[in-house]
Amino acid sequence: MSHSQEPQVTVLPPDKEKIKKLWTVAGILGALTAVEFLVAFTMAHGNLKTAIFVGMTIVKAAYIVGEFMHLRYEAKVLLWSILLPVIFIVWLLVALIYEGMKLSAINF
Amino acid sequence: MAHTSATTVSPGRSVWDGGVSPMGVSYGKLMMWFFLLSDAFTFSALLITYGLVRSAHDAYTGTVEAFTFSTEYWPIPEKVFEAVPFLHGIELPLVFVGIMTFILIMSSVTMVLAVEAGHRMDKKAVEKWMLWTLLGGITFLACQAWEWTHFIVGTDTPTLVKDFVNGAWVTKEVTGANLSVNQYGPSDFAGFFFFITGFHGFHVFSGVMFNFLIYYNTFTGVYERRGSYEMVEKVGLYWHFVDLVWVFVFTFFYLV
Repeated sequence: MSHSQEPQVTVLPPDKEKIKKLWTVAGILGALTAVEFLVAFTMAHGNLKTAIFVGMTIVKAAYIVGEFMHLRYEAKVLLWSILLPVIFIVWLLVALIYEGMKLSAINF
Repeated sequence: MAHTSATTVSPGRSVWDGGVSPMGVSYGKLMMWFFLLSDAFTFSALLITYGLVRSAHDAYTGTVEAFTFSTEYWPIPEKVFEAVPFLHGIELPLVFVGIMTFILIMSSVTMVLAVEAGHRMDKKAVEKWMLWTLLGGITFLACQAWEWTHFIVGTDTPTLVKDFVNGAWVTKEVTGANLSVNQYGPSDFAGFFFFITGFHGFHVFSGVMFNFLIYYNTFTGVYERRGSYEMVEKVGLYWHFVDLVWVFVFTFFYLV
């Protein structure tokens, strides 16, 4: 393994289209965060505000997982192997928030 | 690379019979995905428990302007996290944590650009973007160190907190926070702050270590000799996941 056997590497030029798309996604994520800030200081606390935050968080998560982590372009079987188990998280959320509301009804 | 296209299966055999990669990714990448899924369960457990305990406590019902710290109800996050370095005494709710969010999103973008450069075998570009990603990660950790220090030291005015000392209830003045009492609200509030942001911060710290390893191996030409920058992609997945978790922490701990 001498150094004379270094492989010849061909460097390809940057994929302008792809890079532009990545910055677009970054812009969307930044804009969504800015809107979240706006909502945080202009809306009264309540279920609607929480729903808006949760909705926007899911949109941001979809962009990060789909575009940055490239999951949108992977084989469908991989996509569903990752997304379907998330059902367990949703179940835990529903179960424990319900539990929490029941707990608050008990006066310790 | 190592994985064969799923279309090259001989007749009468399924893609699951072996010899091909039905999921179209290498072993390492697949295992990274499944590790991240398990990590998602851990973080969800923490955040959902936060939701449980928070909803089990009384919520503050008055106006935001009239809010004062008390152990009687759960604090409003924007009233707790309102300090920015070098601007002592000025109320800037959530501004600093917003800057931290922006830093982490930006370092995720530079990571994706490093992966893109890796696909093109562009060693110099990978090095450049990995350095930016490292800078983002380290800056985030530094911000978090400041945030923690501020949270632990506390504000100028103390809060009266009931505490159980030597078998008796006493009312005492408390500034800042530790794992048993804090000036902001119920004891659990500080506990969740330390545990959730701490666990995330530890992930960021590990990510910075991995990113440095990737930068080092790129710099020394390991991936160029290997003929593939797939390691950048694998660590990239981890780094984006850390960003993803922060998006959820930001919403559920700081905004809601």
